[in-house]
Amino acid sequence: MIFGIPIQALLGQLLIGLINGAFYAMLSLGLAIIFGLLRVINFAHGAQYMMGAFTGLLLLSWLGVNYWLALLLAPLIVGLCGVVIERLALRRLYRLDHLYGLLFTFGLALVIEGGFRYFYGSTGQPYAAPALLSGGVNLGFMYLPVYRAWVVVASLIVCFGVWLLIEKTRFGAYLRAATENPTLVQAFGVNVPLLLTLTYGLGTGLAALAGILAAPIYQVSPLMGSNLIIVVFAIVVVGGMGSIMGAIVTGYMLGILEGLTKVFYPEASNIVIFVIMAIVLLARPAGLFGRDG
Amino acid sequence: MTEGEPLLRVRGLHAWYAESHILHGVDLMVREGETVTLLGRNGMGKTTTLRAIMGILRKRGGAIEFEGRDLLNRPLHHAARAGIGFVPEERGIFATLSVEENLLLPPVVSPHGMPIAEIYALFPNLLERRHSQGTKLSGGEQQMLAIARMLRAGVRLLLLDEPTEGLAPVIIQRIGEALQTLKQRGMTVLLVEQNFRFASRIADRFYIMDHGVITDGFEVAELPARMDSLHEALGV
Repeated sequence: MIFGIPIQALLGQLLIGLINGAFYAMLSLGLAIIFGLLRVINFAHGAQYMMGAFTGLLLLSWLGVNYWLALLLAPLIVGLCGVVIERLALRRLYRLDHLYGLLFTFGLALVIEGGFRYFYGSTGQPYAAPALLSGGVNLGFMYLPVYRAWVVVASLIVCFGVWLLIEKTRFGAYLRAATENPTLVQAFGVNVPLLLTLTYGLGTGLAALAGILAAPIYQVSPLMGSNLIIVVFAIVVVGGMGSIMGAIVTGYMLGILEGLTKVFYPEASNIVIFVIMAIVLLARPAGLFGRDG
Repeated sequence: MTEGEPLLRVRGLHAWYAESHILHGVDLMVREGETVTLLGRNGMGKTTTLRAIMGILRKRGGAIEFEGRDLLNRPLHHAARAGIGFVPEERGIFATLSVEENLLLPPVVSPHGMPIAEIYALFPNLLERRHSQGTKLSGGEQQMLAIARMLRAGVRLLLLDEPTEGLAPVIIQRIGEALQTLKQRGMTVLLVEQNFRFASRIADRFYIMDHGVITDGFEVAELPARMDSLHEALGV
């Protein structure tokens, strides 16, 4: 017992918080990358997360594609959709106020979710975890489902991989520099319009990867993303809009905090992230990891 | 008269910032290996000329040819790939990149790029501070870094906008020495400079700009005879 709470309940909620944090981190990472370079608040991110889960489901039911292959294909397919969206629509909005990008992606999310609801209904559909990751491990003090442990590990690998990509590669240097001054980077000979397209594709691909990872845990439904996206936006604001490290660390941190709130004061668990957001906005408007000005 | 084919030729160049018409038909040319300086008082269109040649300013008309090929109707990144490097007045050092990352940022556009070892020999301060954040360098070091990254990229024409702006005399002298070295190596430079004394030490030719047009042009040999009229024209 810790503070009158059974240790099993505490660790159980901590695990749920860690898993939620894993999804928060991957989703807010994609949002942060897109906002950092494109200055677009991608409201379609939740819909793209849902598309990732649905792509996995449809690949399985139409073509018999297994989970492991879907883990690769779903982000590629949805990322490609992101590339098309950026080429056809988003790039026309860069010169306008940020609000236009937000409104466009908000409308896009409604259209995508409405389309999936029309064809597949609102009820969630199950997607089985692969045999290799089914079952669980008894740790003595709690039962750990293998798939959930895999999600946390996969999320950490993905976040670290993206961090490496951005901090240690030529592509990442272009991306960081273009985030500061895209015109000058293009004047150096870098094809910045292509960089913008690839970045949106990468961000949407990350959302889809989170979606396919979530499919065996949650029901695959057209609204699975819209339930999550508002929380993810709050996390991005807390971390600092456009901050890569901020998105990752805050995603995990707030996921765990939300889990712990469920143990100690369950009534506040749905609002704790938003309370933190309000406090951070008042004390440090640029976010915990954001740059002032 | 300096011999050689024009590397850059600009004819009837007009440029606008939004509705403001800044350049009213600029004509100039820079030959291979030359250092040409654009002189003029503040607000006469010197920086705008460089930005319009690079394509940073998109609202422009007239003709810009580099090695005989049209640049006007090409995307912004094409100018650098054609071999033109731009060092802006504000230097454009990226805060999220280290000194070395800033140096390695511009893509190499020709095999004539200066090797890193040579760059560090020319600018030893950059070697010492290569792991520092780019914007933590002093103004002079940032200027050196801004020039150095263009040399590494292997550009053939360097557009330099006010390289001595806000720098101490000793740093200006070092930048002048670096530019002399580049000149000896055959680098072609189009320089915008308010510091007439600095420009007169490295330029082969001068253009005078006034209200968005070139009003005069002369060789460095004619400089002594023109000093009085220049002082009047430039307000120095």
